[in-house]
Amino acid sequence: MFDLQMVDWARAQFALTAMYHWLFVPLTLGLSFLCAFFETIYVRTGREEWKNLTRFWMTLFGINFAIGVATGIILEFEFGTNWSNYSWMVGDIFGAPLAIEGIVAFFLEATFFAVMFFGWDRVSKNFHLFSTWMVAIGSNLSALWILVANGWMQYPIGMAFNPDTVRFEMENFWAVLFSPVALAKFTHTTSSSFIVGSFFVIAVSSWYLLKGRHIEMAKKSIIVASVFGLLSATYAAWTGDESAYSNASTQPMKLAAYEGLYDGEKNAGIVALGVVNPAKQPGDQQQPFLFEIKIPGLLSLLANRELGSFVPGINDLVYGNEQEGITSVAARMEKGREAISDLAAYKTAKRAGDATAAEISLARFNTNRDSLGYGYLESPEQTVPSVAITFYAFHIMVFFGTFFLLLFLLFLIFSVKDTLAGKRGLLMLGVGSFFLAMIASQSGWVVAEVGRQPWAIQGLLPVNVATTDIGTGSVQATFFMFLAVFTLLLAAEIKIMLKQIKIGPEGL
Amino acid sequence: MFGNLDIITLQQIWWLLASVVGSLFLFLTFVQGGQTLLWQVSADEEEKSLIINSLGRKWELTFTTLVLFGGALFAAFPKFYATSFGGAYWVWILILFTFIVQAVSYEYRTKPDNLLGSRVYELFLFINGSVGILLIGAAVGTFFTGSNFTLNEYNQVRWTHPLRGLEAAFSLFNLSLGLFLVFNARVLGAMYLVSSIDFSERPRFEAKVRRACLVNLICALPFLLYVLVSLLLMDGFGFDQAGVVSLVAGKYLANLLAMPVVLGLLLLGLVLVIWGVVSISLLNGRRGIWYGGLGTVLVGLAVFFTAGYNNTAFYPSKVDLQSSLTIYNASSSHYTLTAMTYVALVIPLVLLYIAWVWRLMDAKRISTQDIEGRKAY
Repeated sequence: MFDLQMVDWARAQFALTAMYHWLFVPLTLGLSFLCAFFETIYVRTGREEWKNLTRFWMTLFGINFAIGVATGIILEFEFGTNWSNYSWMVGDIFGAPLAIEGIVAFFLEATFFAVMFFGWDRVSKNFHLFSTWMVAIGSNLSALWILVANGWMQYPIGMAFNPDTVRFEMENFWAVLFSPVALAKFTHTTSSSFIVGSFFVIAVSSWYLLKGRHIEMAKKSIIVASVFGLLSATYAAWTGDESAYSNASTQPMKLAAYEGLYDGEKNAGIVALGVVNPAKQPGDQQQPFLFEIKIPGLLSLLANRELGSFVPGINDLVYGNEQEGITSVAARMEKGREAISDLAAYKTAKRAGDATAAEISLARFNTNRDSLGYGYLESPEQTVPSVAITFYAFHIMVFFGTFFLLLFLLFLIFSVKDTLAGKRGLLMLGVGSFFLAMIASQSGWVVAEVGRQPWAIQGLLPVNVATTDIGTGSVQATFFMFLAVFTLLLAAEIKIMLKQIKIGPEGL
Repeated sequence: MFGNLDIITLQQIWWLLASVVGSLFLFLTFVQGGQTLLWQVSADEEEKSLIINSLGRKWELTFTTLVLFGGALFAAFPKFYATSFGGAYWVWILILFTFIVQAVSYEYRTKPDNLLGSRVYELFLFINGSVGILLIGAAVGTFFTGSNFTLNEYNQVRWTHPLRGLEAAFSLFNLSLGLFLVFNARVLGAMYLVSSIDFSERPRFEAKVRRACLVNLICALPFLLYVLVSLLLMDGFGFDQAGVVSLVAGKYLANLLAMPVVLGLLLLGLVLVIWGVVSISLLNGRRGIWYGGLGTVLVGLAVFFTAGYNNTAFYPSKVDLQSSLTIYNASSSHYTLTAMTYVALVIPLVLLYIAWVWRLMDAKRISTQDIEGRKAY
């Protein structure tokens, strides 16, 4: 089980730390806005019960925020510790959004967080409200910048490779910032996080209603959360569609993997429900699914916004499809290997001071430079991510996402009718909803990140050349250190959170 | 506007900005220093709680500044980020661990059902303030003593010491710098507590904190002297016009003499810190933190400027001089530095709102009222 290479441990560590971090971030993103809504109502109405309600949710927000910060710091430095070659090769582009995140977003959060928690008696009502909004905006701005960075990894644009420094260098900041992938990522990630935040409020409030405690406070909270949740879920559905549409042009392999599409076709259908055949390999004749329910034609519409259009499958992308103008991975690997050897020849000529030879090598390198990353692959099939993992994760996300729309609607309707307290089944579902939302949210990241393997930077830098030159033992050791510490802190967080929920709000 | 600046100017601007962020971080380590004073100066739980709640309003600023320091180095000097974090692996991992456990400790320490008990969270805070700062000091020390790495022509780092960065802590110079920073943080911590806690009914507590300020300065002095004397006498890593790095006798002394402003910053900084301590411990003043803080920032700037300016390799390699990093060979491209310089224009605004909120929140000192109920840490 532990006989893995360094790169696998580094990937496992990133997955571990990112997924732990992601247990807390969506809640921060969503709950910060909900706290701002609650407090706005308090300031507008001047009614004390809204103040107490706000303070209760803020207490829970603070408990979650602390561990979000704790699990977040490691991610910023992990690019350096485990992915040192990556950091050098793309630092010129990737470093900027991280630094901007620090300058424009983290300080907003950190500064106004202290006011939000300790400023009730120290600053005016309006300034306090302003601070709460600043925390919400700051949190979501930090999401923007890190998602711009992630979006660039999925769809690298606005840069060029410099053979002298052996790195990619930024040429257009605005292209990086306003990349369609980055924007789709930001809108989809934040809106889905608002869903998580809304379900957290609904889950806790439903539990109170089931127990017959803090009834008025719970009802008030649910109304606000279900409106916010319903709007967010609608928007998330739309941005999710945008994401899939951008995948079709920027990461067709990811799309083919999460749809389980091996052979590309016109008028491609969507597998609404299916069991992936675990024995299926690219290029073989086995059926991709053991069982499937397919909706014909829909994938072409979703991917290209055009019925009957061609959607490439895994086999087309790996082995090429002349008719559709798709080059095979093997051909690109060949070009990539030439690029690698031309780059080495360029370096040798430069070192020897042979300008003519350097120029010739560079010209040769430039003809194949776009395929440089492919030269480091071992086999064409390596470009296929795990179909089972991405397929299931994607379908879980979409299924729950659709279900959430309905759930928010039901909570809203019965809240407006004021008959929610009697709907025990719905309330029990409400308690469970937060966990479903968390699963859906994590699944989204699984699709995004597993789906782009083996690339650290899509099409340019495979993970196996992005790592640090360090023994497997060190990365293995830190993996288990993080696992132990984060699990311990998570256990503490859950216990504290449950206790605070049990204690409930003051004066309500 | 900035696009017209040549790359050398931009590289120097970004070393300046990184130095400012790093130096502000050193000032803000008053939080870490205060954490290590927790058990020493408090007589009961209430006093402890006053300390935690006073530091608790500021810990995130320090934390965020550290994160920004990492981010700024990544953006402006990515070769340093890749080389140091990937190479000196263990020293950074351990530093980060102390900050991970710090981040939850304020919030979780007194919450019921917190699994580990408040003593453990206090221990986390102590470890962060001691081990964390010591290792940061040791890592900064390698800016002068050098590290064990080589870079190939693809700029990929190979670390040649099996301890992967922890070896930094076995150099007397690095260790002394680390210990100086630990004691300096404690001096600043005491200064901050004096400025922020309402001691009106606790004269003994106040006396203890004020005394701790002086005692920790006295503890810091031998390490400071050792660092300063070594720095003036040691060989340094300079480079010539062609970028060829060599060991230069008395390089850092030469840097201070060549850049009298830096020497001035260093001396003024030290005087300000000492004046801050005098005002707190001997003159019963309350504003020592501002002298001590500004002094620390100036000393920090002097340290970073000496390491990086005047044709000096700021992250030297002991095993292969030509692999050493300078602000000129480790930086981002002209385009990225330009874009980042535009972004940096918002920094004054950020500093302004931080200062504004600080003033608002600290207008009234923290008293026992503030540590009652669920709102307190």
